[in-house]
Amino acid sequence: MTPQEIYTRLKGEFGESILSFEETVVDPFIVVAPESIADVGRYLAEGEALVFDFLMCLSGVDLSVKAEDLEVVYHLYSMTHRHNVVLKVIVHKENPRVPTVENIWKTANWHERETFDLYGIVFDGHSDLKRILLPDDWEGHPLRKDYKEPDFYRSMRVPY
Amino acid sequence: MAAPKPESKFIELKPFTDEMVVNMGPQHPSTHGVLRLELKLDGEVVREAIPHIGYLHRCFEKHSENLSYPQIIPFTDRMDYIAAMNQNWGFCLAVEKLMAADEKKGFEVPERAEYLRVLICELNRIGSHLLSFGTYGMDIGAFTPFLYAFRDREKILLLFEKICGARLTYNYVRIGGVSRDMPPQFLDEVKEFIDYFEPKIDQYNSLLTDNEIFMERTTGVAVMDNAMAINYGITGPNLRGAGSQWDLRKDEPYSIYDRFDFDVAYGKEIPEIGAVLGDCWNRYKVRMDEMKESVRIIRQILEGDIPDGPIMAEMKAVRPPKGEIFFRSEAPRGELGFYIVSDGTPKPVRVRAKSPCFTALSALQELSRGLMVADIIAIIGSIDIVMGEVDR
Repeated sequence: MTPQEIYTRLKGEFGESILSFEETVVDPFIVVAPESIADVGRYLAEGEALVFDFLMCLSGVDLSVKAEDLEVVYHLYSMTHRHNVVLKVIVHKENPRVPTVENIWKTANWHERETFDLYGIVFDGHSDLKRILLPDDWEGHPLRKDYKEPDFYRSMRVPY
Repeated sequence: MAAPKPESKFIELKPFTDEMVVNMGPQHPSTHGVLRLELKLDGEVVREAIPHIGYLHRCFEKHSENLSYPQIIPFTDRMDYIAAMNQNWGFCLAVEKLMAADEKKGFEVPERAEYLRVLICELNRIGSHLLSFGTYGMDIGAFTPFLYAFRDREKILLLFEKICGARLTYNYVRIGGVSRDMPPQFLDEVKEFIDYFEPKIDQYNSLLTDNEIFMERTTGVAVMDNAMAINYGITGPNLRGAGSQWDLRKDEPYSIYDRFDFDVAYGKEIPEIGAVLGDCWNRYKVRMDEMKESVRIIRQILEGDIPDGPIMAEMKAVRPPKGEIFFRSEAPRGELGFYIVSDGTPKPVRVRAKSPCFTALSALQELSRGLMVADIIAIIGSIDIVMGEVDR
């Protein structure tokens, strides 16, 4: 299935929750409303002729300092049918919350923890949402563009 | 009066042990880097093994946002430092594909460079699998394979030193080609190495793979079936060990892999020795078989003609068009993906590295439940992680 066909099918199934389809970039992506990403994910993973059983990558994106939104990008692949699709969820920088897809693809468990760690996006329903790469008592989320590193961490100087 | 019978409270029929928490690592020779495992033990049985990572986090993704595309390549070297050539290549492939989206900026990588890339990366794959084989033996308790593996890996490193001057972090594959051409007689030396190395694989198989003690430790241990592997997003030899024949070099051929004749190594069920699909032994065996396939590819390069010509595409500054791309390539440890978001400037907005070791390690908690402490060592060795790539 091409991304266009998948978009049409999702649009028919979920209607308003599928916000838009962007084709002009190199990898086309489908923008999904944050609250329905878990349902869309389950439909894609289990739906007939879709079977997206493989989550290749889950990443957070912050486009610029001025941007008001953060993005979560899901790269999906179907080992059965050998097609792929990219989903995108856009959330506001203030209080970003997205439902977890950990129950669909276990890959998401650690990837969501990483995205939470580095972007501060909260994944609702995640079984163990805590920092993974940085220490537990680190302040701030470093991959945000407006991040300022602290001068000291546990009385050690941070900037080198 | 008869002596009193001993009361049963002196004989413990069902000993009760408290849960004990043991920290394995961060500095431990068999954790392959700086990994801390929080083991919750019931006697010698593992109730829960919780990995704690991040000790080698060097902010690759944050650094990348402040660097131009060619400047990022040396940082990829430091991710999986055992197979740095493959990491360079994975990143360059992603950038090249992004640039190809714009007709004016797209370019063709010269044939000679493609052949050099395949040659070098397959050599690096052998070197990486050799290290995995050697250290796995050492983890399990056999010291000799380690010495043999490092002896042979040294020969590969010497070849790399001749072609790019470095032994560990190469920065050899560049966007549009490779950094320098082969020195004279390089191909003869590769041939000499391959002729020397090919019979050694069988020797190593008889030394370790078919060793009774080794098999006892690894067959049937920590079985990860195909469905579980896919659900965890596990790729590379770990997925193929579960019986899948998924290999990007074959299934979604990039570069010039479609010109070579090679088979995909995958795990097999062998009841005589107790090997089950997806156990530690099969994951390990896939790597041994893969080395043979890499030798086959290299032989085809040596026997065919490497075309003359430039080793670098002609292009202006590396400035990909606005857009985003996710590209994955088959590194020795699995699918290495790069997700790049570009806004048309010389610096990327976002570079995300999808590390195969990161996903493989995330399955450890489920794999190790209910096994013995010693089996944890066998699992970590068999999923072959490099912490530099897990933490990035």
